[in-house]
Amino acid sequence: MADFKPLLSSRYDLEDSHTLAVAEKAGAYKVARKALMTMKPEQIREEVKKASLRGRGGAGFPAGVKWGFLNPQAGEDVYLVINGDESEPGTFKDRTIMNGDPHRLIEGMIITCWAIGAHTAYIYVRGELSHSIAYLDQALEEARAKGYVGDRPFGKPFPIHIYTHSGAGAYICGEETALLNSLEGRRGEPRLKPPFPAIKGAFDQPTIVNNVETIASVPDIVEMGGEAWCNLSRLAPRDGGQRLYGISGHVKKPGVYEAPVGITMRELIYEYGGGMLHDDRPLKGVIPGGSSTPVLRPDLTIDAKDEEHPLHAWHGQSEIDVPMGVDTYRAMGTMLGTCCAIVMDSSVNMVEVARNLMRFYRHESCGQCTPCREGGAWLVDVLTEICAGRGKVEDVHRIVDISNNMMGNTICAFGEGTAMPMLGLVQKYREEFVEAAEKGVPLDVRHDASTLELVRPGGRAA
Amino acid sequence: MAFALTPEREKEVDELLTHYPNTRAALIPVLWICQRQHGWISPEVIAWVAARLSLSTAIVKGVVTFYTMFFQEPVGEHVIWVCRTLSCDLRGAKAIQEHLEEKLGCHAGHTSKDGKFTILKAECLAACGQAPMVQIDDAYYENLTLEKLDAIIEGYRSGEPPAPADYQLAATTRTMPTPPAPEPEPEPEATLEGEA
Repeated sequence: MADFKPLLSSRYDLEDSHTLAVAEKAGAYKVARKALMTMKPEQIREEVKKASLRGRGGAGFPAGVKWGFLNPQAGEDVYLVINGDESEPGTFKDRTIMNGDPHRLIEGMIITCWAIGAHTAYIYVRGELSHSIAYLDQALEEARAKGYVGDRPFGKPFPIHIYTHSGAGAYICGEETALLNSLEGRRGEPRLKPPFPAIKGAFDQPTIVNNVETIASVPDIVEMGGEAWCNLSRLAPRDGGQRLYGISGHVKKPGVYEAPVGITMRELIYEYGGGMLHDDRPLKGVIPGGSSTPVLRPDLTIDAKDEEHPLHAWHGQSEIDVPMGVDTYRAMGTMLGTCCAIVMDSSVNMVEVARNLMRFYRHESCGQCTPCREGGAWLVDVLTEICAGRGKVEDVHRIVDISNNMMGNTICAFGEGTAMPMLGLVQKYREEFVEAAEKGVPLDVRHDASTLELVRPGGRAA
Repeated sequence: MAFALTPEREKEVDELLTHYPNTRAALIPVLWICQRQHGWISPEVIAWVAARLSLSTAIVKGVVTFYTMFFQEPVGEHVIWVCRTLSCDLRGAKAIQEHLEEKLGCHAGHTSKDGKFTILKAECLAACGQAPMVQIDDAYYENLTLEKLDAIIEGYRSGEPPAPADYQLAATTRTMPTPPAPEPEPEPEATLEGEA
């Protein structure tokens, strides 16, 4: 394992790390004070740009560039909205920041508000995480009492007001425009883009929406300097810094770990995650970056003979030996997403995995676009037929067909988020889907036998 | 029966309205306050919220029906959400659900006869590293075994719910140890049997 100093998680292990007294003793708010007192907003924006801070919410868009899209006109108010609607299966890192070190997030927000000229900021947290909201509210209360948040943060006449806003159970609200609708008291349906939020976001004003971890990284960037922070990464300069890796599923030590950007999936599973849960069951596949990303199969190797190919350095190596970075994973045909791993051992049936995930997408589709609303439900239907032994080999083609018809045909990325993992599973484990289509999935490997005969709301057996 | 918030909760609403540039934005938080008082979002609650925020009842109902956490019918005293998405499923969420159904005598989606518990299946609750887990009302109970689950349910039955093993981060969320901590003894059936 690499030798490095934890940053984001450096205060997690302190007792009562969520309180201002403990956090401040360990260094919280030092950087915010310095930034507001001595730095110009454009200096901060420049450091964040130099840091190559790729958004931690899934899309990996450089935060500094996103901030650069702001161009507020006279009379417009800029808003900062923090996306804490962490709901992607496999992703559970933001909660550790909100519960374990809420003051790091608040400090990052103060600096960001100053850098982008926002006087009001919201932290949108999914409704289920009401305990995280409690931690944040308590932390905000303390920060207000100290005068760090309010009309004159650190004595500077630049009002910064921060509020939490609770969702009420909808995965789609993690999509930034759906989140803004939800913040405005509407159904969480994504908006058509353009205009992008930086031009017309919350309350029709210019808005920056950033993930919790992205903003929690800002204090360290400002303190260390963008370049130094960026160089912590093994994939500098394109993908900078350190980040939180979440690992779940069949490993001995599931949890959230901080590490430099660019460790490999093999390191994450076998070193950080402690290896496979059962020593006699080898790794069969791993879903990186949350359930919307195509699966990796350890026995497949990288084919990149061409020296120009971005993955040439890993030609002939296993998919899990490629460093985890936004660009490397995209080149591999998957996505880094929120940088995590759902680890599956040899006991797992991939058709069951697909059915479990598609059930999730069927449930969570907002229903605006037909390909997504209907496609997700069809996929569950087809997969259920296959699992129950009523499938045909054509059904495997049908899965591919439905998925292809969802790609690119929806307002937001949810359609791709459904279709991509589905296509990834069929491409990489085709033999298993064909076998299941011929014989069904044996009862003992089904995760969810009880719902095979589930009756859908229309009364038709699924 | 007409619905109205208690004076303390009314104050909460007044405070909330100062957070936003318009009243509509307070809709979801206000619905939360109402559900906390009333237990579910009845038609009377919808009418009250609509009047309070100067919205049409159709707009309020449209929002209520979009979000899974707003109950559109009465629920038991405690609501148990069982996470059934992939990471939890891999670690035995099915057994957790079945155990609960057997113990409480009702299927997921229903309320136990004594009106004490409603079991609901949930999609990913963002605690994948602590799978399997359930959410009971506002609390997360993680790294469950059937024994732990029994103790939790007994706690709720006797009116003394155990504190959610507030995972104070050090316990289940490990930062990178330097040097690496020694490997724990492999626990073949650590997920569902025996003490974890």
